[in-house]
Amino acid sequence: MLYTEAGQFSTTYRADRRVFRLRQDRIALGTLLAFAVAVVPLIGNDYWFSAILIPFLVLSLAGLGLNLLTGYAGQLSLGSAAFMAAGAFAAYNFNLRIEGLPLLVSFGLGGLVAALLSIVFGLPSLRIKGFYLIVSTLAAQFLIPWVLVKFGWFSNFNASGVITAPPLEIAGYDLSSPGGRYLLTLAVVIALAWLASNIVRSELGRNWMAVRDMDTAAAVIGISLPKAKLLAFGISGFYLGIAGSLWAFTYLGTVEPHGFDLARSFQVLFIIIIGGMGSILGNFLGAAFIVLFPLLLSNLAALLPVGLIDAGQLENIQKMVFGALIIAFLIREPDGLARLWQQFRARARRWPLRY
Amino acid sequence: MTEVVAPTTRAETLLQLDGISLSFGGVKAITDISFAVARGEICALIGPNGAGKSSLLNVINGVYRPQVGSVTFDGEVRRHMRPHHAAQRGIARTFQNIALFKGMTVLDNVLTGRNLKRRSTWVEQALRIGRAEREDDEQRSRAEDVIEFLHIQPWRETVVGKLPYGLQKRVELARALAAEPTLLLLDEPMAGMNAAEKRDMSRFIVDINREYGTTVVLIEHDIGVVMGISDHVVVLDYGRKIADGPPEEVRRNAEVIAAYLGTRH
Ligand SMILES: Nc1ncnc2c1ncn2[C@@H]1O[C@H](COP(=O)(O)OP(=O)(O)OP(=O)(O)O)[C@@H](O)[C@H]1O
Ligand SMILES: [Mg+2]
Repeated sequence: MLYTEAGQFSTTYRADRRVFRLRQDRIALGTLLAFAVAVVPLIGNDYWFSAILIPFLVLSLAGLGLNLLTGYAGQLSLGSAAFMAAGAFAAYNFNLRIEGLPLLVSFGLGGLVAALLSIVFGLPSLRIKGFYLIVSTLAAQFLIPWVLVKFGWFSNFNASGVITAPPLEIAGYDLSSPGGRYLLTLAVVIALAWLASNIVRSELGRNWMAVRDMDTAAAVIGISLPKAKLLAFGISGFYLGIAGSLWAFTYLGTVEPHGFDLARSFQVLFIIIIGGMGSILGNFLGAAFIVLFPLLLSNLAALLPVGLIDAGQLENIQKMVFGALIIAFLIREPDGLARLWQQFRARARRWPLRY
Repeated sequence: MTEVVAPTTRAETLLQLDGISLSFGGVKAITDISFAVARGEICALIGPNGAGKSSLLNVINGVYRPQVGSVTFDGEVRRHMRPHHAAQRGIARTFQNIALFKGMTVLDNVLTGRNLKRRSTWVEQALRIGRAEREDDEQRSRAEDVIEFLHIQPWRETVVGKLPYGLQKRVELARALAAEPTLLLLDEPMAGMNAAEKRDMSRFIVDINREYGTTVVLIEHDIGVVMGISDHVVVLDYGRKIADGPPEEVRRNAEVIAAYLGTRH
């Protein structure tokens, strides 16, 4: 009965529009954020920051970027990693070539470059749908990393093509420690997630879903399909670009095209399939799953007698279990973990009643 | 086909079709159709299956482009409409096969119907600055009026795909009405409904017409309903207009009787 809505009514439209209408939900979210911002940096160790929390946050953001495009606007894409690469390299080059440019501004400019590229590769969506659109975004996936490798200018003619990211400093504070990198990543992700949750509940978000669900009807209602689609590509690209910058600057500490390959694009796609299409929360659940699952599996394997499963086998088993899970989700729960969470909440609201 | 333009139009003409012909490859869906719809009337389009009724609605709001003819709406003559332009000029519609946004709630569907009434930009809305919040309240309040008018309040937060067929039809009408249209095109709004549901829907259509002064063009197979609620009936058969006039007059028309009784000519 702790989780009850009794006595909580929205008396204004504004109150009714909130994401979390229940007081308990707002308290829970506030507590979680406070914990992540104030407590985790004190108790976390380097391993947790560098190997779990930072990649989790960055992948959540990448998932968010793709989800806006695919989950909300219904445009399929397999080019997520290419736009991440574009964002990372653009941010690096802005930072390198413009003296004294604040770090966050570099990220923002990197995001804008990725947004523009995403719009360009989204242009075919004005003519084609579904499968054929995948081909266009695949072209981005092959073209963009190739250009980044091919032309030395992008990596400042570094012989190995792998550049160390510049020191992370904001307003004089050095954020290069694992805890600092975590906080920087967290702040960016919270801000962008807030923005995304506003966008999907605004007119633009509704227009996206309308285009996704029934594009003829959307056009007849007066929604401009080209505008809705290209904005989806642009905003999605912006998010992916920033995710790419964070991946390079706060997670890896190096800028290199190789990490942004087709496998990464698939990883981002799996995050939104497992987490839930058309859900903001889903991206975080999906990313947590994808980061934690391999760790869980290898910990389980460690419990088995030595020599029963070697490292190579473990990786294969991981892939197989993963593939099976993706198929299971696509068939059994196309709305992903976010949907399971929703059902759980709905039960909790009625508890102890059964229905 | 005897006359080109309905002679009975005393009131101002809102919509006028002139010599419209439409074909798909070799299939002639519409052949040389002309008629006028007066402002404020309920006009019914009837005819057997495949007569070209839906195609004609699609021509009126620009989903299909006729090869020949012109469409005059509210004084503006065009070779053909475009869906976006038609919506901006105040034409809203429902579809024969429900075309709702299935993954969205009833409220969101209705709000989407009002998307053209927005002034604030998406950036203002995303950052919740400027006029965005005030406008949100206003949009919501207008949407609630429509939801109340069509008695669908209990399902406000329900995802549309989960509603029964009859209610979906009503939500689709709500979405169209939310746009505050001048002309409402309804493609078989009562298809597949039982008698009680049909009665409700007829009531809603008449109320919309009376209260908001909305001009309605509707397609309906139930002749009883058509005769009961319309001011003007246009009959199509094999893509041609075979009758056009007040309901009583059309009812007596020999060609119409033939088309409906199946005596092919
Ligand atoms: N998009 C299209 N492509 C090809 N042919 C079409 C298309 N739309 C309609 N037609 C054809 O045009 C003719 C008229 O169809 P339409 O749907 O307008 O008829 P209708 O009067 O609405 O019939 P019903 O009562 O069955 O809804 C039919 O022969 C149909 O097959
Ligand atoms: Mg039809």
